[in-house]
This record gives sequence, structure tokens and C-alpha cells, in this order.
Amino acid sequence: MTLTAAPPEERVTHQRARPRKGWRYAGTVAVFLLPSLVPLTLYTIIPMLGSLWTSLHEWDLITEMRWVGLGNYIELIGDPGTRAAFLHTLSFIAGYLPLVYAGGLGLALLLNRAPRSTGSGRSLLRGIYFLPVITSWVVVALMWKWLLNPASGIVNWALGLFGISGPGWWTDPAWAMPSVILASAWKDLGFVMIILLAGLQAIPREYQEAAMVDGATAWRRFRHITLPLLSPSTFFVVVISLINGFQVFDQVKIMTNGGPGGATQVVVSQIYDLTFRYGRAGAASALSWLLFAVVLIVTIIQIRGQKRWVTYG
Amino acid sequence: MSHFPGSRNAAIATVAAVALLASACSQGSATRAPSGADGKATVRYFTFSAAPDHLKDLDTIEKAFEKENPKVDVVVETAPFEEYFTKLQTSIAGGTAPDAFELNYENFVTYASAGSLLDLGTVAGDGDTSVYAQESLNAFQQDGKQYALPASFSTVVLFYNKDLFKKAGVAEPTADWTWADEQAAAAELTDRKKGVYGDFQPVQFFEFYKTLKQAGGEFLSADGKKATFNSPEGVKAAKWLVGKVGKSMPTEAEIGGAADYDTNLFKSGKLAMWHNGIWQFAGLKDVPFEWDVVVEPGDANKASAVFHNAVAISSGTKAGKDAYAWARFLSSSNVAATTRIQSSWELPPVADQQVLSGYLKDPKPANRQAVFDSLKSIALPPVIKRQQEMQDAVTKQLTEAAAGRTSVEDALKAAAADVDALLG
Repeated sequence: MTLTAAPPEERVTHQRARPRKGWRYAGTVAVFLLPSLVPLTLYTIIPMLGSLWTSLHEWDLITEMRWVGLGNYIELIGDPGTRAAFLHTLSFIAGYLPLVYAGGLGLALLLNRAPRSTGSGRSLLRGIYFLPVITSWVVVALMWKWLLNPASGIVNWALGLFGISGPGWWTDPAWAMPSVILASAWKDLGFVMIILLAGLQAIPREYQEAAMVDGATAWRRFRHITLPLLSPSTFFVVVISLINGFQVFDQVKIMTNGGPGGATQVVVSQIYDLTFRYGRAGAASALSWLLFAVVLIVTIIQIRGQKRWVTYG
Repeated sequence: MSHFPGSRNAAIATVAAVALLASACSQGSATRAPSGADGKATVRYFTFSAAPDHLKDLDTIEKAFEKENPKVDVVVETAPFEEYFTKLQTSIAGGTAPDAFELNYENFVTYASAGSLLDLGTVAGDGDTSVYAQESLNAFQQDGKQYALPASFSTVVLFYNKDLFKKAGVAEPTADWTWADEQAAAAELTDRKKGVYGDFQPVQFFEFYKTLKQAGGEFLSADGKKATFNSPEGVKAAKWLVGKVGKSMPTEAEIGGAADYDTNLFKSGKLAMWHNGIWQFAGLKDVPFEWDVVVEPGDANKASAVFHNAVAISSGTKAGKDAYAWARFLSSSNVAATTRIQSSWELPPVADQQVLSGYLKDPKPANRQAVFDSLKSIALPPVIKRQQEMQDAVTKQLTEAAAGRTSVEDALKAAAADVDALLG
């Protein structure tokens, strides 16, 4: 996925009158693009087309493919398992997105307020918060599985100190998805924080000072200056997090494997099971394309809708 | 204060994010076995039953084979059972299938009907098959063709901790025990305060089809077109399994997803009775307490689960003859049979009772005869084309009932509907 922030209107008009450069120029561009185009074609575009072809077949990986046309799509759309998988994915996003954004924003605001004199301390904190982002999901998921272990986990032990009997976390269908959400938000907090912190630091201090002179409260300054000027970063974070949210898999596979009782079976884990457990690579490919369609539609809506709320300073 | 425009930050972040994604997506390429150094033919053999307890034993068999066949180099690849079939499937799809590989009885039908297996008649020559126990050999035939050679079999028995029985003053299990005897003993042996449990039997498909048979029920109709386990016998069997959870065995939440929980519980001397396979014998050699085995208690019938593993040859192999020689050696040679028996690595499916009787010489567990007794009334797993989906559907519903989220009756009804749909 490549995402380009749309340039402001007036800049577009400057660039419009670009002279035609002809084939020589196109050739030069092609040569420079080649290093990224070749792997993109080999490892993304060709496999995608391959999966489109596979999605029109019944294929168990060990026998010849059998043409079924749109049969897989029709079956999947009518299948309660598919609906459940999409619903679980949406409920993951509904919990994950607000949590990771609010958490990331809170951290970014705190770090942004730290006085300059704490320079190296601030970098250190930034590094620490970013650490989970670059840590392997296997490590993070196993760690959270231990923390949230209903019998011997430290979280339930700590709750016990306050006389609260902790829930069954990932062994309880009602708490399994919140467990996965918690682990995911914790891991991605640093990513959101870094983007938002960069956005915060790009807001000219003069605006805040002018508002302060006018007697605006901290909340009003936040609401009417910080938030609107942060909206391009917010937009980027939301688009990326939503796409990641739709593709949630690693943490589910390791923490719950879709259970208990299918309560955390999301779209990608369904795709995995269809291919590798049930030998239905055709149906799995079709489900991948359904997921792609949903992500594409949601992203288009977001990019169209950004005009209403994203302010480019 | 830096004054980068926001869009530039976003662009930098995008590049960083894409770089992260790219590094996350890059994978190691599959390695292929080296082919034919110094003119040797290579046979790649893929197995699940050797690791981790019996790698040395497989090595012994391999060395003996290579001594007899100096022109063949056997390369062993292993994977744990849970991952084995995923890897096998993908390697076949990717055209890198091993030359020879292990298959269990439940998956044999799928692979044989898919045309992935070499008809052994084409490479066997005048190979004599009288060394094999005939029923084992027949299990791996389809349409009159032999597609795999039986390599080992194992049964499930009731393991028990003699020390715990003595301490609690409970009489040890005998071959005549029924479910009621087991239940009564389990209740007395369980001491949750000390973390001691009376009886562990996993709540899943394989235990269910067997206990169903013990209760006198059938899993599928005679023509194999309908699920018949949603019956009074089915309810009885499911209740027998589900009823242990939270009483004589811990709940799912108490187990907390720990790997090999039951094995470790038994090894730590805190489990009195344990339903498991004879492949556990080798791992229990050095436990600091006395233990033994008996044939599993029955209800209306006695029924024991038997698992069969075989060696098949990939239909796409270029080393068919050499792979066959290896498959034959591994499944029926004297070295293989005695190595298996000496190390309690399941049982060789050989016809010669003399060879098998060696199995009884090992003093631990004392009642090894129970392994042979359990073969007198066996319960073979139901096998359908969409096997894994059926197993998952049944296990899922039973787990729901065990956690108390649904009644046993509703769980069986739902599972039967799922299985009927799969048979469709």
C-alpha cells in the first residue's frame, strides 16, 4: 500500500504546466523505478493475479485445480462463517482503533510537553515506547498470553490484590477479543505516538501563544488548534491502523487460534484455516479478494471523506 | 523547533512503514536437499513420529539401510504432528514434495484419492508382502492398489500412577473396569487443594468417536452418508467426557493453554489416571514413581483406539525405486522392527509374533500385555473426505459443552448438523 498525502490545491496549479518530456524521459524514470517495480511485480502483483485465478477454482493443494467460476464467492457470501469472521474483525477494529489512537495521542502530548532540557531523556522514552512496534508479534503475543493467563497470569494476580476476581481472558469467549485488542493496542502504541508527535512538533508555537494571549483555556487550545492542525497525521494513522486492523492475524493465531468457540476467528485466520487446515485454497483466495474489496472501499471512503475534516496547515 | 511540513513527516513515516512491512514479509526461501553427491541417489523422507523422542532410533535404522544400500543417501526431515500436514500439503503444491513421507490412516484416503501417492505395484517388483500383518497392509490399499506400507501402529490405554492409588487406598484398575469404576476411583483420587487430579481424558474428536463406540453407538450411518452420533449413546459418551472437566480434571481456564499440560501433570506425579497412547512409554522411563497401564475401561463395549502410520511415496518422485527400498526397509526390516520394539517406539506391523513378543520383555510398564489385549476390540476413526473440518467441528462443539457454554444435547445436535453438511 502506498499512501500519498494529497497536496494542497494551490501547489497543484503550479505543477500543471509541466512540458512533455518524451520517451527518453520515460526511460530514465523507468530505470529509476525498476528496483522497486521488479520485486513489486514478482512478489505482489503476480501472486495477487495468481490468487484471483485460484479463487475461481476448487483446489486442495494436492490435486489438480477444478474450475468453479464464481462458485467460491457465492458460497462464501452465503456462509455464516464468513459473516462471523467479518463481524469479529469489525469488533476488533472497533476496540483497537480508539484505544490505540487515544493511547498514542496521550503519549505524544506528554512527550511533546516535556521541556527541551530533558532532550536525551525524551529520546530514550520515545525509543522505549517504540520498542514493541519493532518486536516480533510472536514474542509480544506470548508475553500477553502469560500476562493474561487466567490461572497464573500477573494481571489476574494484581486484580486479586484488590479483591477483584479476574476474568478468563483469552479462555472466555466474552473476553478473548478484548485480550487480543489490548495486546494489539499496546504493541502499536509507539507507532501512533511517533507519527502524532511529529505532527505535534510541526504545529507552530505562535498559534498557541496567540490563543493564550486571547485567554483561551488549555482545553479550547487543544480542541481548536492542536486537534485540527494534527488532522493530517491523524488521517494517516487512521488509514494505516484500519488497514492493519482488517488484516489482524498473528496475534490471533498465537493467543487464541481463533477460539474459544470461534470467538476470535477473524477474516485472515479464516483464510489461513481454509487453506492449510481444510485444503480449500480456492475458497481462501476468494475470501482474500472479498477482504481486499472491503479494505479498498473503506479506504476510498476515507480518502474522499478527508476533505471534510483534514486541515493542511 | 523543527518546522517540517506535516505531509513530509507523513511521507517519511510511509517510507519507514513500508520498509517495516517489507522486512516483515520477506521470508527465507525453502531449501532443497543436496542431490546426489558422489553419484549417490538422494531419498528425502518426511516424518512426524520420530521427533523428539525417537530421532536416535530412526538414525539407527537409516544407518543400517545405507550400509545395505551404499548408493542411496536418506535425508530425514521432521515436523511436529500439528504442523506436519500443513507442510506436506504446501510442499506437494509447490512441487517440492519429499520422495517418501509418513501418513496416518486418517489422512491416507485424502492423499490416495488425490493422486499424490505412487502406486507401489509399479516399483515393488516381486516384493514379498507376507512379512506384514495382513490387516495392516490392507488398510493402506485403495481400489486394489497398495499406496503405502504400514510402518507402525499404536493404541490408547489407561495409564495410572500406582503410588497415588496406594496413598489414597484405592484399588488399582483392572481389565474388567467400567466407566463407573473409573469415575468412582477418580473422585476419590482427586485432591484439588494439593493440585492432584484423578483422571485426564482430552475432550476432542478422537476420544469422542472411541467413547461413543464404548457406549455402543456409531459415528456414521452404515452407508457413510449421515452423522448418527446425535443419539442416546452419543449423549452418554459426550457426558462421560465433559463430566470430568472441572471435577476429576482441570478446566480449560485452569490449564491456561499450557503445552503438553497433561503429560507434564502425569510426569510430575499429580495425575492418577491418564488416557493416552503407548507412544508415551519412552518418555516415562525415568519418572520417580511407579506406574502401569490397563486396557481402557468400557461401558456397553470395550473399544480401544488404534492409530496406524504408514510410509508412502510421492507420485512425483524421480527416485521411486530407491524410495521404495527405504519404505520397505523402514517398515519391515528386522533392524527396524527390533529398534522399534527395544525403544518402545510404537509397534511394528509385522506378521511374525516372535518379533512382537520381544515387546513384552521390557519390564516397564509391567502390564505390556494390555497393549496386545487392547487390539482385541478396536475402534477405527471415521474417515471422510473433509476429515479435518469434521474433526474441528466435533471438537469445537464438545469444548463448548465442556466449558458449560452449551448443553451436551445442543452441542451434539450442532456438531451432527455440521458433519451432515460436510458429507453433503
